[in-house]
Amino acid sequence: MKDIILKAENISKQYRLGQVGTGTLSHDINRWWHKIRGKENPYLKIGDINDRSTKGKSDYVWALQGIDFEVQRGEVLGIIGKNGAGKSTLLKILSKVTAPTTGSIKSRGRIASLLEVGTGFNGEMTGRENIFLNGAILGMTKKEITSKLDEIIEFSGCERYIDTPVKRYSSGMTVRLAFAVAAFLEPEILVVDEVLAVGDAEFQKKAIGKMQDISRGEGRTVLFVSHNMAAVKSLCTRGIVLEYGKVVFDGSIDNCMQKYHENENSTAHRVWEKSSGDIPKGDFIELIEVKVLNKNNEITVNHNIFDEINIEFTYEILKEGELFTHGFNLFNVENIHILSSHDKESETLNMPHSKGIHKKSVVIPGNFLAEGSYVCSFAIMRYNPFHVELHELEVVGFNVIDEISSKTVRGNYSGNFPGIVRPLLNWK
Amino acid sequence: MDSKNTNEWLFEITPKNKFFSLNFKEIWQYRDLLMLFVKRDIITVYKQTVLGPLWYLIQPLFTSITFTIIFNNVAGIKTGTIPPFLFNLAGIMVWNYFTACLNGTSDTFKSNAGIFGKVYFPRIITPLSIVISNLIKFGIQFLIFIFFYIFFYFQGNDLSINGAILFFPILIAFMGILGLGLGMIISSMVTKYRDLNNLVGFGVQLLMYISAVMYPMELIKQKLPKFGWIVEYNPLAYVIETSRYMLLNTGEISIFGLLYTAMVTLTVFFVGLLVFNRTEKSFIDTV
Repeated sequence: MKDIILKAENISKQYRLGQVGTGTLSHDINRWWHKIRGKENPYLKIGDINDRSTKGKSDYVWALQGIDFEVQRGEVLGIIGKNGAGKSTLLKILSKVTAPTTGSIKSRGRIASLLEVGTGFNGEMTGRENIFLNGAILGMTKKEITSKLDEIIEFSGCERYIDTPVKRYSSGMTVRLAFAVAAFLEPEILVVDEVLAVGDAEFQKKAIGKMQDISRGEGRTVLFVSHNMAAVKSLCTRGIVLEYGKVVFDGSIDNCMQKYHENENSTAHRVWEKSSGDIPKGDFIELIEVKVLNKNNEITVNHNIFDEINIEFTYEILKEGELFTHGFNLFNVENIHILSSHDKESETLNMPHSKGIHKKSVVIPGNFLAEGSYVCSFAIMRYNPFHVELHELEVVGFNVIDEISSKTVRGNYSGNFPGIVRPLLNWK
Repeated sequence: MDSKNTNEWLFEITPKNKFFSLNFKEIWQYRDLLMLFVKRDIITVYKQTVLGPLWYLIQPLFTSITFTIIFNNVAGIKTGTIPPFLFNLAGIMVWNYFTACLNGTSDTFKSNAGIFGKVYFPRIITPLSIVISNLIKFGIQFLIFIFFYIFFYFQGNDLSINGAILFFPILIAFMGILGLGLGMIISSMVTKYRDLNNLVGFGVQLLMYISAVMYPMELIKQKLPKFGWIVEYNPLAYVIETSRYMLLNTGEISIFGLLYTAMVTLTVFFVGLLVFNRTEKSFIDTV
């Protein structure tokens, strides 16, 4: 039996672009004029989807459009999407900061949000006073806070400064204190947005551990929004993917990841029809098929960062007696050329292969590439003299997904992890 | 089980509040926040100041002295047997409470946009806390009034309080509610139309001159019979005149005037609640 704690029905949010001010009064009057005649708000009919890069037709955009979803008790729901997909708007509506333009959200529990912790901190007041104030802002009663005060202070690690005005705190200490207050909230539904991007590694570990306790141990319902796929993957069980203000996917978190990355046009399998004109071909050779395989030899787009990735190229030799070798290039989403590799010890360099179909594969080791999307190209080259016989760009693509785990380079660190490669190095 | 449970939802988030919905239960749940806001308003004002809470007293005292010199000594306004200083102090005290409430609450949405944009709590808590913390400041100022009252009494002035003083708290409550109501209306409109901010600034200053703060109401009727109605239709003037009647037994009390004041106050307050209620849900998009 489903125990639904939160239900969103047809949530939409319209925003007006440009300067609010000029024309506000005339639009208001127009709205009111429609209303007293019993007509619909004229500005609700128009509006573009929220694609910031294209020029829209009207001054109104839909940040969210027709969002429907349900959350079950005890579920940790990840909300993922690119910048501007509407994640934050949805969270703002869920935490009652702003109202939806249409639709409704029904809830069976108190919702508390951790939207950018530390809101309402007053610099003039001491840490202790701020714990009470912040706790009350987040919906706790004085009694609840008093009973948890010691735990909060201990969790924050700011005991020594607790009677000092918060304005004398370092930014890290403020965040610790703020997160500590929020972590001891006891709402039935907790909304979290990007809080893990703050604080040092030790505190992040503590924070993510607390988040896991909240969701797993205490059976609390959590809605978690983040760009940090590693954190989302390790915390959430289910996810929804937003794109231009619409839900494009709702399902298990692994499938969500796939859907999220798929948007980057990755394809793990390409086959070219022999008869078609676009088959990559050289003088004596044609590329037939390319597959991205996981360790079980299955075609896969998404690979765990610690798993090997096997790329298999199938080609047909059309003319006998040619000596050649293979190569491939790897590019990331920003089109940075990550690496180039030649099969310099190939037997095809010394002994010509027979006519017909042949296979060649290359293995990219685990714990080597950073998370993200990759595209690879394939080349057939001749040495002495060097000559590129065939070079096909963008033959296949795949995604590397990071995770908070002992198997990854990241380990328990949940914050931003820079660098275009993420190899596991030996520290001595 | 879904359909069976639909009436068990704890709450529902919808595009607009109902035409009039003030959720007293919710406000009660957040009463601790209200008290903490009051505490914050009071203690943060005098942190890192030398004179601390004395600042609450300095302002009305110096204003009263200035008024006494200008309006009573220079302009020659007569205040009967009452020492002009005490007459002015009473008026200023009550007037200050009104303006503090109005100024404080009329800025609610704009100055709290940061916190309102992040977390939800009943927005009405903020203006309520301003009215309450100003009431405490008023209390402090009232103590200094009592001090001077006793001082002037022993100086041999003919002072007496009126039995109606029992109703003084109600009068002050009306002043607070009127300030709160007006403030809520203005704060809601300011989110869209910033022009109002400028209006409030000097509007309040001008309003003081037609609110019988530094002169008895009777005087304006005598000297400006044609424009006396401006003061007569100003509910603030009645409150101030009546509070002087209660505290100093001077001037007149008009039952009609007080009923009129009560009507205006309640109307303004309910309109304020209504407008505030409509604004609180989506002001964050326009502020």
